[in-house]
Amino acid sequence: MLEKIIEPLEYAFMQRSLIIAILVGLICAVVGSYLMVQRLALLGDAISHSVLPGMAIAFLVNGNIFIGAFISGLISTVFINIIRTRSPIKEDAAMGIVFSAFFALGITLITVVQKENKIDLNHFLFGNILGVTLSDVRDTLIIAIIVILIVILLYKELLFYTFDKQGAEAVGLPVNLLDLGLMMLIGLTIVASLKAVGVVLVLSLLITPASTAYLLVKRLHIMMFVGVGVGVFSSITGMYLSYFYNLPSGPAIVLVASGLFILAFLFSPSHGLLTHPAKNQNSPQIWQELKNLIKNGNN
Amino acid sequence: MESAININNLSVSYRNIEALRGINLNISAGKLTGMIGPNGAGKSTLLKAILGLININNGQVFYNNKALIEQRKIVAYVPQRSQIDWTYPATVWDVVMMGRITKTGWFKRFSNVSKQKALNALEKVEMTPFLNRPIGQLSGGQQQRVFLARSIAQEAEIFCFDEPFVGVDQRTEAIIFNIFHKLAESGKIVLVVNHDLGESITNFDDLILLNKELIAAGNRQEVLKQENLDQAYNGKVMFFNENDYNLAA
Ligand SMILES: Nc1ncnc2c1ncn2[C@@H]1O[C@H](COP(=O)(O)OP(=O)(O)O)[C@@H](O)[C@H]1O
Ligand SMILES: [Mg+2]
Repeated sequence: MLEKIIEPLEYAFMQRSLIIAILVGLICAVVGSYLMVQRLALLGDAISHSVLPGMAIAFLVNGNIFIGAFISGLISTVFINIIRTRSPIKEDAAMGIVFSAFFALGITLITVVQKENKIDLNHFLFGNILGVTLSDVRDTLIIAIIVILIVILLYKELLFYTFDKQGAEAVGLPVNLLDLGLMMLIGLTIVASLKAVGVVLVLSLLITPASTAYLLVKRLHIMMFVGVGVGVFSSITGMYLSYFYNLPSGPAIVLVASGLFILAFLFSPSHGLLTHPAKNQNSPQIWQELKNLIKNGNN
Repeated sequence: MESAININNLSVSYRNIEALRGINLNISAGKLTGMIGPNGAGKSTLLKAILGLININNGQVFYNNKALIEQRKIVAYVPQRSQIDWTYPATVWDVVMMGRITKTGWFKRFSNVSKQKALNALEKVEMTPFLNRPIGQLSGGQQQRVFLARSIAQEAEIFCFDEPFVGVDQRTEAIIFNIFHKLAESGKIVLVVNHDLGESITNFDDLILLNKELIAAGNRQEVLKQENLDQAYNGKVMFFNENDYNLAA
């Protein structure tokens, strides 16, 4: 058993990709907690799809992919805000418009450039964690440290802001700055995760571990810790599954995380579908109706 | 000199909907001030405009002759219930400690003094036993008391509450009014939006009657004259007479 666990670690590429997977699992769970409590899952999706053209252009001009992706994501949020505030179109539609446009532009650019350069569209879409270099590891580590530091240093202010924006603004917290900080956190985290899971699946790493934790605990920082546990466990397990069964790594990680979510969904002491049936006031209506349906069906 | 908020010619619109027109108003410390008016009268808007939470078209708001917006640390604001996400993963303690954030400062942890002040505030609203309870698992009245505790812990000078009595039990209402009176007596500004014109209105010293424009402001009994109410509610409000309550009591 132990040998099996150690075996993949003998390969340098596995070491690198495991480190990346763990770092990504960690910061995604933390930042994803903010997305989740603010109901901004769609924003996470929008930004992750919007980074694609930036990555393509960075590739073309031989720039840093992380920076290209980040700038692209930033521009997309600016566009979303312009549409939202300068027209009667609502935020969700604005996100949909912008992110699909950016995504399409990204795919077009990459398809055009991939002939001359030896790059693969699939790596952008679904990640290529087994191909990460030492400098990728370094960049991811730097981003992870920045993200964790920001969250620790601004924890109490971000808690207030994400819970009660107007109350926070009324007492004089610089809410625009906090909002910008939060956007930076989200952008940095998404960019750092692209190598691991790609633009299509990064949303899962952001939302699924945080949501799993939300079903289990009821304080933001504890939710973050539990989420990190879920995220890191998913990353490691996913990587091993992918190594031994020759599965694609990103999807393997996502499937483990989703499996853990299902477990929490069914068995959470406070919300579980099976462990906490009728009393719960949030889910039961459907549950009751289902039960009734089954009953009536038998009659 | 008594502390006071002075509002000069304040106008607000949302895109092309006019919400407030040319409001001139003084709110003095030491009195419990209620703000009344029909639904959509602009009560919440006025509160937010005073605190600088929305863009205003026109006008100024001063506190002791200095722009209020430059003195925000002394402001405590409790939004309408519907503005708060009650499923947020936070406990009673987490929420009350939010009142200590500006006093604590950036990058610092809460001091023991802050924790003691939060405990005292919880004691005042009789919520100490619920310290570790997630806010989603409280009754409406308890939730409102937690927010009141947050504003007490903040040691603000200006207290603004938007409809704190909606969905609240009798006991909570008594506790909250009691604290409001004490805050007012100790020289704070206490401004409370209250759309209910029932008996509880007699708790207020001063009233502000609003319907897009300022209809009347000042002493409660002056403001509650029938002609004012007719103007604010287009004659649709039931006759209100404090003496009826006094007789009944
Ligand atoms: N965010 C908003 N966007 C557009 N119109 C708004 C907004 N908030 C309030 N209004 C409008 O402004 C008017 C005053 O609203 P509000 O201040 O909430 O009234 P009240 O608190 O007295 O019920 C209403 O006509 C309302 O529809
Ligand atoms: Mg209102």
